[in-house]
Amino acid sequence: MTRWMDEEAGPVVRPYALVGGRTRSSGDTLDLVALVVATGDAPRGDFVPGPEQERILSMVGTATPVADVASELDLPLGVVRVLLGDLQDHGLISIGRASASERILKEVINGLRAL
Amino acid sequence: MDFEPSDEPVALKILIAGGFGVGKTTLVGAISEIRPLRTEEVLSDRGIGIDDVEGVEGKTTTTVAMDFGRITIREGLVVYLFGTPGQERFWFMWDELSYGALGAVVLADTRRLTDCFPSIDYFEQRGTPFIVAVNCFDGADRYDVEEVRSALDLDPDVPVLMCDVRRRASAKTVLVTLVEHSLKVLTANQS
Repeated sequence: MTRWMDEEAGPVVRPYALVGGRTRSSGDTLDLVALVVATGDAPRGDFVPGPEQERILSMVGTATPVADVASELDLPLGVVRVLLGDLQDHGLISIGRASASERILKEVINGLRAL
Repeated sequence: MDFEPSDEPVALKILIAGGFGVGKTTLVGAISEIRPLRTEEVLSDRGIGIDDVEGVEGKTTTTVAMDFGRITIREGLVVYLFGTPGQERFWFMWDELSYGALGAVVLADTRRLTDCFPSIDYFEQRGTPFIVAVNCFDGADRYDVEEVRSALDLDPDVPVLMCDVRRRASAKTVLVTLVEHSLKVLTANQS
């Protein structure tokens, strides 16, 4: 397929087909910089992760922001939120948020100056 | 769940706002590693009936690329820059973008100063710390910081600075000014 297709051709599978046309899930409100990390647990119930979800799981061994997951997968954020929501509902990932402390902000200021 | 800042990774979000064509993409590109990111936008009423949106639960969206950049401060501490959508029909996206943001840079062009009014109103109302960075375009009249501050009717504690977003050093100063302002707001809220 790669012989006659290039990036200009666009996706072969329309993105929302990956999530059964759904635009809503428990992942809806995920912040772009919320950190996703694999729990390493077995899926709850009879859930079987799809290929994109397997890719996500292999990517989030260390905590990874939602925006990076979407960028790596090259899928729209809305689709990625649905995929993440399903993974979270079945106990395969946990999603957390770090808050910015005074110490962190000072570190960022110094880091930016040193760029 | 909150992570311990010393051990766990921290991802911070900075928004780059301002009118269309004011230099948001240039600023993100000058200072950060640009990454592809696609998101959804609501189709305008005009698009309904032309684009086939049947069966997608009444949510009429299409995908667009957004400005997204990453600055790695150190391993486990990364700053993410997100360009806000420049048109008012994308307001719904601003809420999710601005949630938990460290702060926002409102880019202004003195030739079209009114373009940044909606951004300023928005961040003032939400209580998101922001600064105004005036992108000095070639051929635009130069105003001083106080003239811009007064034209925009800004609170005295909102930093205003001149910049040239094509230059990395200038883009750096803009971000440092913002994070210093966010730090000031954070410590003021704590005391």
